Amino acid sequence: MSDTTAPKKSETREPLFHIAKREEIVWWKAWLIRAAAIIASLAACAAISRFLGGIDPSSFFRSMLSGAFGTTRRIWKLFYELAILLCISLAVTPAFKMRFWNIGAEGQALIGGLATAACMYYFGGRIPTPLLFVVMIAASILAGMIWAVIPAVFKAFWNTNETLFTLMMNYVAIQLVTFMINFWVTSGSGTLPPMSEYALPTIGNAWILNIIVISVLTVAVYIYLRFSKHGYELSVVGESENTALYVGINVKKVIIRTMLLSGALCGVTGLLLVGGTDHTISASTVGGRGFTAIMVSWLGRFNPIFMVLTSFLLAFLGAGANQISNDYKMNGSISDIITAVILFFVIGCEFFIQYRIAFRKHGKEEK
Amino acid sequence: MARPAIELRGITKTFGSIVANQNIDLDVNYGEILSILGENGSGKTTLMNMISGIYFPDAGKILINGKEAVIRSPKDAFSHGIGMIHQHFKLVDVFSAAENIVLGHEEKRFHKKTITAEVKEICERYGFEVDPDKKIYEMSVSEKQTVEIIKVLYRGADILILDEPTAVLTPQETDKLFAVLRRMRDAGKAIIIITHKLHEVLSLSDRVAVLRKGEYVGTVKTAETDETALTEMMVGKKVSLNIERNAPKGMEKRLEVKGLTCFDREGAQILRDIGFTANGGEILGIAGIAGSGQRELLEAIAGLQKYQQGEILYFDPRTGKTESLKDKTPLQIRELGVRLSFVPEDRLGMGLVGNMDIVDNMMLRSYRGGKGAFLDRKKPKNLADEIIEELEVSTPGVHTQVRKLSGGNVQKVLVGREIAAAPTVFMAAYPVRGLDINSSYMIYNLLNRQKESGVAVIFVGEDLDVLIELCDRILVIGSGEITGTVDARHTTKEEIGLLMTRSVSSGPDAPETATTTEKEGDPQ
Repeated sequence: MSDTTAPKKSETREPLFHIAKREEIVWWKAWLIRAAAIIASLAACAAISRFLGGIDPSSFFRSMLSGAFGTTRRIWKLFYELAILLCISLAVTPAFKMRFWNIGAEGQALIGGLATAACMYYFGGRIPTPLLFVVMIAASILAGMIWAVIPAVFKAFWNTNETLFTLMMNYVAIQLVTFMINFWVTSGSGTLPPMSEYALPTIGNAWILNIIVISVLTVAVYIYLRFSKHGYELSVVGESENTALYVGINVKKVIIRTMLLSGALCGVTGLLLVGGTDHTISASTVGGRGFTAIMVSWLGRFNPIFMVLTSFLLAFLGAGANQISNDYKMNGSISDIITAVILFFVIGCEFFIQYRIAFRKHGKEEK
Repeated sequence: MARPAIELRGITKTFGSIVANQNIDLDVNYGEILSILGENGSGKTTLMNMISGIYFPDAGKILINGKEAVIRSPKDAFSHGIGMIHQHFKLVDVFSAAENIVLGHEEKRFHKKTITAEVKEICERYGFEVDPDKKIYEMSVSEKQTVEIIKVLYRGADILILDEPTAVLTPQETDKLFAVLRRMRDAGKAIIIITHKLHEVLSLSDRVAVLRKGEYVGTVKTAETDETALTEMMVGKKVSLNIERNAPKGMEKRLEVKGLTCFDREGAQILRDIGFTANGGEILGIAGIAGSGQRELLEAIAGLQKYQQGEILYFDPRTGKTESLKDKTPLQIRELGVRLSFVPEDRLGMGLVGNMDIVDNMMLRSYRGGKGAFLDRKKPKNLADEIIEELEVSTPGVHTQVRKLSGGNVQKVLVGREIAAAPTVFMAAYPVRGLDINSSYMIYNLLNRQKESGVAVIFVGEDLDVLIELCDRILVIGSGEITGTVDARHTTKEEIGLLMTRSVSSGPDAPETATTTEKEGDPQ
C-alpha cells in the first residue's frame, strides 16, 4: 500500500513561505517598491558591466546619463524618442482598454509611413506643398485605419483572434514596404533617398513639432478615455461584453470604432516618422516601437499621463545603453542586456506590488 | 462514547486583509452528522477546504483520530480518510459512473466486473440508486452527486464533507440524500454538511456548529435548538423572518409571452413553447431546478436572447399601446419606451462592471442621456449617494470599485440602480443568492414595494420557502418548459417539487393536469 507513505512524507513537508494576494496597497508603498526595483536593477547592471565588460560602475552610469542628457542635441533627441514612443503607445491604449490586444501597431504605423512616403514620392513637386501636407496627413491616417480595421471587422463579426491577426498584418506591412522600395528605387542602393524638400515644416529644430503634436494628442486621448461617452463604452466592452450587451451597447460598433481610432493614431506616428524626421522609409522605420508600445501602455496602466513616465524610462534606457556600447566600443548587445535587466526588475516588481510573501513561523507545526 | 474524527484547534486563515477564519475550534465525531451553519462569507467553505487539503491554515492545528496531521493536498486528505463532495462536481462527462469512481485511484487496474460489483455493494449498503455503466452526461444532477459520494466512499473515506449538497436538488431528491446520509452515519462515518438552510439543519444533523464572520460562535445539539435561536447565532441579533405580502391590487396585464421557443448554438432546445402573462401589481415567481431555462427566459424578455418562435408583447400602461419586443435589441426596447429593469443572475459579469466605481456603474443605463460627447458624472454621483444612504450600502465611498464590495452590497447597488430607473417591469434572477439574511429581507421588501407601486415583478428564485411566502403566482419550469402554474397562497413545497421534475412533453395528459391549480389573475 502506498497510502501509508503519503502522510509520513507530508508531515515532513512544511511550507517555508506562501504567496498571498494583496488586497490593497498604500500608494507610497507601491512607489517604494518600484524605487527599490530601479535601484536594484542599476546595481545589477553595474555588476554585469563590471564583470562582463570590466567597466567601472561610476563611469558606467556617467556614460549612461551622458547618453541621455549629455548635450542639448541628445536631450532633444531623448524627448523626441519619448514622444514618438508615447504616440504609438497612445494608439494601442484605447484598444487595450477594450481588451482588444492590438499587437499590430508596428504594421499600422509602418503602413501610415508608407502612405506618407507614397504621397511625397508621387505628388511632391506636382501639387502645391500645403496641399501635399493635407494629402499626406489624410493618407497616413487612412492607411493606419484600414490596417487596423481589417482585424477589427473580423473580430466583431466572426470573433477571430485579434492577437494573431494584428501580428500577421505587421508582416504584410513590412513586405509591402520592401516591395514598394524596390519598385521605386531602381538603382543598386536599395534605399529610398530622403525627400527632404517635401518634409513637414519644422519649428526651431527637427523635433519640436513632433513633440508638440504628441503632447496635444496625449491630453486628447486622456480626455477621450476618461470623460467621453465613447471612452466609457469601450471600457465597459473591455471589462465585460455581457454587461455591454445588457445595457444595450453595440459591441461590434465599439470594437470597429475603437480600432479605427487606434489605427488612425498609428498612422499619425508613421506620418511623423516619415514626413517629420526621416523623410524616407525603410522596413525598419518604426523600429520595433510598435511592440515596445505594448509595454509602455501596460506599465502605464493604460493611463496616458502615467505613460509619459514609462515612455521616458524606456527612451532614457535606449539612449543610455546606446551610449555605453559606443563609449566602450562594444557591440549593440550590451545595450540590449542593460535594457533587459532594468525592465526585468521594473516589470518584476509589479509582482511584489500585487502579492505579498509570508514566511511561516517555525515551531508551530513541527513536532 | 463518541470517538472524535477531526479536532480543529485554533485554525486561522487570512486572504490579504480579509480574515476568513479566526481561531476556530471544532470537533466532529464518528457516527454523527455535524452541520456547519453560517451566512455567506462566514468562512464555512474556507474551513472545510483546509480540512480537505485545498488551503493550508495560517495558524492552528488539525487532529485526525487524535493525532496531529498536516494536510497539504487533497491526496493527503484522502490518505487520512477525508473526502469532500464539492458544490461543483468534478467528473468526466464521457466516462461511465464506474470509470469516474476509479479515476485517479492508481493502485488498481480497471477490472470492470470487480469494480461494478464493488460499486453495487456500496450502493446496497447505503441505499444509493445508480447504474455503474451509465455515462455522466446522461445523468441528472442528483445522480452525478451520488456518483461523487460513491467515489469518495470507494476510496475508503470515513469522514465526508458535503458543501451545500442540496442547492441543486429538488425537495424529493433532498429527502433521498438525507436518508442515505443517515444510513452512513449509522454505519459509523463522520459527516460534515455545509449549508445555510435552517430547516435542513434541523431535520438532518445531530449537532450544529455556527460560524459568523469567520469566527466560531458555538456548537449546539440540534434537538435543543430551533430556527429562531440558530438565526440569532448566525446573525448575532434577533431577526424577524416574515415577509409581508399584501394582496395584489389594481392588477393589469403588462407583459405577455406567447409560445416562446428557443434553441442554442448547437441546436439544443432551451425553451419550449413558454407562455404566460405578468401583471402589474403582482409578483410572479419562477421556480425550477437551476439551469432549466430560467436565465434564457429572462434574457429573451430583456432582448438578450434570440428566440426562433413565439412572441413577447408589452402593454404600455401610459399609452395603452401594445408593443412587440420580438427581435429587438435592449436599446431598441428602451427606445420604445419600455421601462424594463433586470437584475441578472451574474451581477458582476452582466449587471455591473466590477472594476468600475459605484458612480460609473450608476450611469451604465443612463450615460447616453445628455448632450454632447462627454459624460455627466454629477447625476450618477447623486444617485450613488442616494442609494448608499437608502439601502445602507457599506462602502468606503462612491469611488470604490464595485468588485471590492461584499456580495450583499454589490446586489444593493445593482437593485438600487434598476429600481431608480422607475421600471414598469422588474425582473430579478436569484437576487438574494449569496446575501446575508438582513440583506435578503431588504431585497424582498424592495420587491414588495415595487409590486405595491404597480410594477410587474418577475422573481426567479431557488428557495421554495421564500417563493411561496413572497410571490403571488409561481410558474414552475422544468427542462425549458412550463410544467405548471400554482397559486403561491395555496401550494406546498412538495407540489412545486413534483412539478419541477415532471416533463410535459413526455406525459400525454400532463399539460391539463399541470395547470389545474392555476388561478391566474385572481387575487385572493
